[in-house]
Amino acid sequence: MKLSVEQVRHVATLARLSLSSSEEERYAEQLSAILDAVAQLQELDVSGVEPTSHASLASALLREDAPKPSLTPDQALANAPARGGTSFAVPKILE
Amino acid sequence: MRLTDLTLLELAEKLASGQTSSVEATRACLARIAQVDGKVKAFLRLDERGALAAAEASDARRASGTHLGPLDGVPVAVKDIFLTEGVETTCASRVLQGFIPPYDATVVALLKQAGMPIVGKLNQDEFAMGSSNESSAYGPCHNPWDLERTPGGSSGGSAAALAAREVFGTLGTDTGGSIRQPAALTNTVGLKPTYGRVSRYGVIAYASSLDAPGPMGRTVGDVAALLQVLARHDPLDSTSAAVDVPDYRADLEGGVAGLKLGVPREYFVEGMDPEVEAAVRAALAAYERLGATLVDVSLPHTKYALATYYLLAPAEASSNLARYDGVRYGFRARESKGLKELYGQTRDQGFGPEVKRRVMLGTYALSAGYYDAYYIRAQKVRTLIREDFTRAFSQVDAILTPTSPVPAFKLGEKVDDPLSMYLMDVCTLPCNLAGLPGLSLPCGFTRAGLPVGLQLMGRPFDEAKLLRIARAFEREHDFTRRLAPI
Repeated sequence: MKLSVEQVRHVATLARLSLSSSEEERYAEQLSAILDAVAQLQELDVSGVEPTSHASLASALLREDAPKPSLTPDQALANAPARGGTSFAVPKILE
Repeated sequence: MRLTDLTLLELAEKLASGQTSSVEATRACLARIAQVDGKVKAFLRLDERGALAAAEASDARRASGTHLGPLDGVPVAVKDIFLTEGVETTCASRVLQGFIPPYDATVVALLKQAGMPIVGKLNQDEFAMGSSNESSAYGPCHNPWDLERTPGGSSGGSAAALAAREVFGTLGTDTGGSIRQPAALTNTVGLKPTYGRVSRYGVIAYASSLDAPGPMGRTVGDVAALLQVLARHDPLDSTSAAVDVPDYRADLEGGVAGLKLGVPREYFVEGMDPEVEAAVRAALAAYERLGATLVDVSLPHTKYALATYYLLAPAEASSNLARYDGVRYGFRARESKGLKELYGQTRDQGFGPEVKRRVMLGTYALSAGYYDAYYIRAQKVRTLIREDFTRAFSQVDAILTPTSPVPAFKLGEKVDDPLSMYLMDVCTLPCNLAGLPGLSLPCGFTRAGLPVGLQLMGRPFDEAKLLRIARAFEREHDFTRRLAPI
């Protein structure tokens, strides 16, 4: 399966990656090769097979819905690249 | 003999008997790191102050006649994928440079509660994506058995630090072989526990349905002792299993007489290094001599595991790594106009090539029009792979295979060929797809002196039997006692 540079650009947009044009070409080539390799799965008959979404071998447990101490605003913001007051600061959202 | 040449359990005994102190052992580790890590590059950063404070506290407990358990005072180190409160954690990515976690991963907290000083954070592939430690944004780690070669990946630093005797035990994570393959390439013992056996809370997520944190050590006993600290139900991880934890050392010397060990024909693949195959076949013969019965088993969907893994893991990764957007923590690209540009540029500049490749692949597999053909189909094949194991384990107690099809390869050899790099995981990733426990055990050397690993896979939550089977071989051979020439 040959992936075009346009398809790569579309996937990069979905993945929020601003790729350079040389990256787009490289990934078009490498992803095509990987997709060729994984196309092997198409040869299997999987009709009637249930998908496995998780490896869990024991049943999941939910904990009691009780309030507990959590991070303070200062702790939560300590790693922020930019902050304003008790908020994360970002460039303008509306374009 | 250097203090750092002792195994974890030997050091634990000397601490218990007062023949050495935790401060002395921790200082010995730091001195050894200063001596060799310029060449090995197993550590991304050290926490000398934190480790020495923990060591002093341990010695004070011992002096007053108490301790927090058998490993109190034994210095260890953890892969940089584990959150460590107050100590920078990057997952070997530029996108997390400068990130100081506000809390500890559960397994890190458990090490501390057991009294173990944590001397530093270990090198790895970026976000655990890789099989050679070469995708680390901070440079590759080197194999102490041959510094021009890879220690394996993604837990390359966790394995190399042990082989170089820089520390007595380490933690790694294993999503497709990332504990077992580096263990095999460095003559160390690595255990990927059953999914759910060891908490993932505070472990930076790569592929959540496959990720398994686990212990690495120089001997089987060391790994059993570390697993004892780590294995427990964690209410903070909803996939953590509430199952009984046995005493992992109680049955360690139980031997293999009467056990049935499965040998799946599909794992002795074309392209396997003949010296690896010879060492593994010799180990199988040794198990027969020790009283086990070898059983020919078939896992017919093995050849589909690689394709299944390289659709499912990148799909989960593309979702998990969406959080690195330059807003809340870590790296942010400068001078972006608008939020979309901030996301795009932060991620393009913050992620390395392998991470971007997998995010792209996963995004594609999940995108409209391809979701059923790739993602859902791979999940169905995953079911077939799991059923293969269920059938095999109705006949045998454990399954034995090579861990890696080749010994340690040269750094740079495969880095530009993603598909040939992905093949390095061919023997290890079925175990992750099925959620089963797997262990890599040193079982020989090539003529060039490179280590070879034997992989043992077990039934769910049957780590104790894997350790017992591994120990039976270790007792009769000296491989885990051999020291890398560094």
